[in-house]
Amino acid sequence: MNFEDTIAAISTPSGTGGIGIIRISGSRAFEVVEKIFIGKKDFNKIKSHTINYGKIIDPVNKITIDEVLVSKMKKPNTFTREDIVEINCHGGMVVLKNILELVLKEGARPSEPGEFTKRAFLNGRIDLSQAEAVIDIINAKTDESSKAAVSQLEGKLSQKVKEARNILIELIAHIEVTVDYPEHDIEEITSKKIRYEIVNVKKKLLDIIKGFERGKIIREGIDAVIVGRPNVGKSSLLNELAGKNRAIVTDIPGTTRDIIEEYVNLNGIPVRIIDTAGIRETEDTVEIIGVEKTHKAVDEAQLVIMMVDAKIGFTDEDYVILKRIGNKKLIVLINKIDVASPQEVSEIEEKLKGINYIKTSIIQEIGLNQLGDMITELFTKGEINLNSEVLITNTRHKSLIDKAISSIDDVLEAQENDMPLDLISIDIVSVADYLGQITGESISEDVTHEIFSRFCLGK
Amino acid sequence: MEFFAGEYEVVVIGAGHAGCEAALASARLGIKTVIFSINLDSIANMPCNPNIGGTAKGHLVREIDALGGEMGKNTDKTFIQSKILNRAKGPAVFSLRAQVDRRLYQSEMKGVLELQENLDVKQAEVTELIIEDVDGRKIISGVKTFTGAFYKCKCVIMTTGTYLKAKIIIGDISYSSGPDGLFPANKLSDSLKEHNIELLRFKTGTPARLNKRSIDFSKMEEQPGDEVIVPFSFECEEIKKDQVSCYLTYTNSETHKIIKQNIHRSALFGGLIEGIGPRYCPSIEDKVTRFKDKESHQVFVEPMGLNTQEMYLQGMSTSLPEDVQIEMMKTLPGLENVSVMRNAYAIEYDCINPTQLKLTLEFKNIDGLFSAGQINGSSGYEEAAAQGLIAGINAVLKLKGEEPLILDRSQGYIGVLIDDLVTKGTEEPYRMMTSRAEYRLLLRQDNADLRLTPIGNTVGLISKERYLKFEEKKRQIEEEIKRLEKTIASPSDKVIKFLNSRNSTPISSGIKIKDLLKRPEISYDSLTEIDEKMPQLSFQVKEQVSITVKYEGYIKRQMIQVEQFKKLEKRKLNKNINYDEIKGLRLEARQKLNKFKPESVGQASRISGVSPADISVLLIYLETARNKE
Repeated sequence: MNFEDTIAAISTPSGTGGIGIIRISGSRAFEVVEKIFIGKKDFNKIKSHTINYGKIIDPVNKITIDEVLVSKMKKPNTFTREDIVEINCHGGMVVLKNILELVLKEGARPSEPGEFTKRAFLNGRIDLSQAEAVIDIINAKTDESSKAAVSQLEGKLSQKVKEARNILIELIAHIEVTVDYPEHDIEEITSKKIRYEIVNVKKKLLDIIKGFERGKIIREGIDAVIVGRPNVGKSSLLNELAGKNRAIVTDIPGTTRDIIEEYVNLNGIPVRIIDTAGIRETEDTVEIIGVEKTHKAVDEAQLVIMMVDAKIGFTDEDYVILKRIGNKKLIVLINKIDVASPQEVSEIEEKLKGINYIKTSIIQEIGLNQLGDMITELFTKGEINLNSEVLITNTRHKSLIDKAISSIDDVLEAQENDMPLDLISIDIVSVADYLGQITGESISEDVTHEIFSRFCLGK
Repeated sequence: MEFFAGEYEVVVIGAGHAGCEAALASARLGIKTVIFSINLDSIANMPCNPNIGGTAKGHLVREIDALGGEMGKNTDKTFIQSKILNRAKGPAVFSLRAQVDRRLYQSEMKGVLELQENLDVKQAEVTELIIEDVDGRKIISGVKTFTGAFYKCKCVIMTTGTYLKAKIIIGDISYSSGPDGLFPANKLSDSLKEHNIELLRFKTGTPARLNKRSIDFSKMEEQPGDEVIVPFSFECEEIKKDQVSCYLTYTNSETHKIIKQNIHRSALFGGLIEGIGPRYCPSIEDKVTRFKDKESHQVFVEPMGLNTQEMYLQGMSTSLPEDVQIEMMKTLPGLENVSVMRNAYAIEYDCINPTQLKLTLEFKNIDGLFSAGQINGSSGYEEAAAQGLIAGINAVLKLKGEEPLILDRSQGYIGVLIDDLVTKGTEEPYRMMTSRAEYRLLLRQDNADLRLTPIGNTVGLISKERYLKFEEKKRQIEEEIKRLEKTIASPSDKVIKFLNSRNSTPISSGIKIKDLLKRPEISYDSLTEIDEKMPQLSFQVKEQVSITVKYEGYIKRQMIQVEQFKKLEKRKLNKNINYDEIKGLRLEARQKLNKFKPESVGQASRISGVSPADISVLLIYLETARNKE
């Protein structure tokens, strides 16, 4: 629990605006941004209250996340009267989320609802007469977030976090009893056992992150790829979804030679759709490259949207494509139903038994809404309820689990370096502490209780 | 017949480990002090185990010493075996422990008290606190003894240990008695109740004492002391003396059978005991009942001193009747013919609810009344002494009108101990454990002087000579770390050979010696082989240099955590805040905060029932109040 650490949040409304802003406030704001910003000038040499062009780079893999404008504002002449950095980036949920995650990884924490305002008040920036209002806001927000916390607590996430945490509490109790009662004939903890348990916890946490599909989708979106024989309407679909002419659309088969991608928002889920060159046997070298890329795109996608031509029917080539898709999540669009006979359509439907399909006409805008619904259904099993509260909670949880995993890695590294037990325990306690921040439990009492109930001690 | 017997600035009630430290600190700081004991032959008694230190407790003793207390020095004078525990488990949990000659410890401490300037030592039972009402404030003004003597005073420190309304229980027999057959203090509790002090009833126990001549040690494992002795006191550089051994034996199925057959006769199971006992200190019948799968429990046989045949039987604390005690002890290898000198017993006593205290150990509602030690719900000699020292110092600071001494959780185990007791309260006798300290890598026993001696010096309990030595040690540590930072080891044949001999990765270019020392396989002393300019330093300096360099990363991480922690500790809360008037606080939080009157926002956040949202509201309230001023 701390009120004076550095906080960060996306400060523009969610949705796909032209520009998104991430605001960071607190004593470490500059330190955090310095690690991820590369511009003409070093960040620490930038003057206060200026706007500067540069790039946000992931310091681990050196990948550029986005080109940005960064405003650096030194306290006290800022909104919160703390050091503030604002990162203006190219909007888009995915980019914003990625940058925010990076900022959190580097030491900021997600802000609570209304926290920037609260800080502005606490630091005397906001008029005294607004004090009552702020208290109300905070109480209201707290109620809301505690409601959210309760519903999460009852959920699977909390259950799993608790499982992982319980293993840690037992482990910590065992370590503590080993160090606090050195002369008792209790089984001393071994580094092998620590390793076994901690790896076990790491697996569970990775599972949580993996299985935490809803949150993941909201943060990162879905990678979808459109495949199908040439001229089946793939580019038209992408254009229709994106609402602008991005891909070149012609009647000539094979026009889309390269991968074209677009972010679209379907029922609140960001979907990154990749249009591919038509998958077909070809001798044109330019197109071969495109086709290879297509295969790769399919392998990497979480969702494949396959299009077939209702008029032409389900061809051998379509079978080859279907086979290539394998076990991926799949939605087939039987396109151009406006020009096909009902019989032609139902023949294709026969062949798609057991597969999700939608009858569409992109040109006539038929069936597109169903696509969004089906994607939501496929990825969230109907659970999706996109409001900002879920977003915030999830980002916080993800960031805590990330920190927990990173502390586990510290434990494993310390073990390899033969560090003594008391130092290793520092990181194990951190892991339990991060998880406790999700479930709202504190360690010290739990461990003490565990020590006395599990081990026989005394004089 | 009541009579005026004299006037003191500070009165200490009870001369156990807490009382001795409190009285010595007060008198040494120039304050006229008196210490009372029901029996002067029981000064600094150890009615339970004859040892000082151990995990976390050893840390407390080092901290007491670093602040200028007496326990460490007295232990160094009187121990008969010394050991470092947890050697392999890391620097944060290395712990010193000594078996002491109990009687010698007492007589040495008594001598120190007797010789102390400004201090009077008196045998008497204090039965009543005299508290005056001055403008609605309760202020202590004196104490009365059983024999009618009235002493006027400005401060009282209660260090009554387990004596208040003490009751001893052995099986189905129970009687009014203090520990070790000494008189109980049956009256003072009533005086406390009259002044609306909330009392709790706790329980603890001790095993039997046996005659050494009746024990066959050949059937037990010998547990000798360490060859190299590390003294408790930072003022003591080296000790050499002969040590005596402890012995280890085990209970078996026969022992457990006897216990199970007689369990109905145990006072604990028969409902004769109402006090709450410590979980970490269960009786043998408790262990056998709760841990059914365990086929045997270890039992240590420890000498009570050099001039006595009495041996302490650690692990066999019990409240079973005398006949069962003897029967079960005789099943232990080596105790077949045992002759018991003192029976095991359980003891119940009154203590106060420590949440009535400030972090200074003064009562929130009674000016000048302090309490320390087992009366505050703690357990253990070391825990008691630590509180005694702090209470003594704070009584003096109060009299002098100076800022009180409050150690926080990042400064010492003493800070953790007092904060836990006062902020969270306790439901059983509280024992210090290293796991209770959040920042234990910083709170090591080896650096207690670096953490606390400057504070002890400011208070006035550190001699000039000692402080100069301390500053010199500190300078040497800093200088040597700087030197290691600057010295470069080049990839010469000598260095490569040195690294190979220690299975350490060879270097291809120059590297700071400091970075070599960070490698687990390289010890500080071994560096002499490649570092010709290495200075001659004491063991203590080398130890600090080595730990500081080797665990630098971890230490830095804990220091960042401390920085975060301190921010809320620094936000002080005025005693006059009426939490009922703060809009937005939940009802439970209002009640708790009004009851506790925490001293800082940090302390408030540790009170159970006060949520993070309440703390937000509190911070806003503080800001509003500040702006109004």
